[in-house]
Amino acid sequence: MLAHAIFFYIFSFVAIISAIMVTVSKNTVHSVFFLILDFISISCLFIMIGAEFLGMIMLIVYVGAVAVLFLFVVMMLNVAQQKNQWFSAKESSKHIPVGLIISVIIFFELIIVIGGWKYKPDLVSAMSLSIDKEISNTHAIGYVLYTDYIHVFQLSGMILLVAMIGAIVLTFRQRSGVKRQSYFSQISREKSDGVELIDVESNKGVKSDD
Amino acid sequence: MIDIGLGHYLTLGAIIFTIGIVGIFLNRKNIIVILMSIELILLAVNINLVAFSIFLNDISGQIFTLFILTVAAAEAAIGLAIIVVYYRNSSSIDVEKIDSLKG
Repeated sequence: MLAHAIFFYIFSFVAIISAIMVTVSKNTVHSVFFLILDFISISCLFIMIGAEFLGMIMLIVYVGAVAVLFLFVVMMLNVAQQKNQWFSAKESSKHIPVGLIISVIIFFELIIVIGGWKYKPDLVSAMSLSIDKEISNTHAIGYVLYTDYIHVFQLSGMILLVAMIGAIVLTFRQRSGVKRQSYFSQISREKSDGVELIDVESNKGVKSDD
Repeated sequence: MIDIGLGHYLTLGAIIFTIGIVGIFLNRKNIIVILMSIELILLAVNINLVAFSIFLNDISGQIFTLFILTVAAAEAAIGLAIIVVYYRNSSSIDVEKIDSLKG
């Protein structure tokens, strides 16, 4: 129990510090790296609490795909060296108190909600899909995901498909002046397009630009 | 302090959520950092769902975390594609300069 508490505090401390560094670091590449550190520590917490499948999926999806996508875009757009200086810019410093006040209000609202939950521990849980202790976490998720939530699962697949098509359509650029192969025009080429038969009159000859 | 319960995880989620909100409010320079703050907010929501799922002994929370993960990945892909297109058109993604709507 002590080790559990120690590891919880270590991972949550790393997660909070790296989340702060994501927002305040001056270099955008450093922000992406701190985001990766944040995801890794949160997925360690998930694995520690007993949701192994989600922790691993989080590592694969967030660290392996989303963070690398962010890194690609940051390096491609050449914005890494732009100063991320919201705390030092003079002319735009009047929105900082408003943002801080709103954030503090939101935080205390969340804390009040958590406190209300803590003082009412006998709240009835739904117990609709209780976790079976005999099988592993991945088995439990699979049993529920492919039976009760199959339509939502396929809908999320559709969301991913739409996102993929949308990203391709948005960033696709038709360049002019580039010679490229067109299979359709190659296949649909007729004999009359390429070869022309000319009756040549005698003693006249054929001019090539006729 | 030693006994880690549901409240600890919910507090961690609340702190990370608030940091994401602060990142959205206070960042006026780089729109990619705003997208990363949105990812932080979704991460905090995931922490809450997983904590409730474990401590209430109900698997549905982890299923919904999976769906939130899917939506977050799609949102990041589309958002970054929009940013790339915008940068290609106006060669700047400063939040201060994106004021075409005069909002």
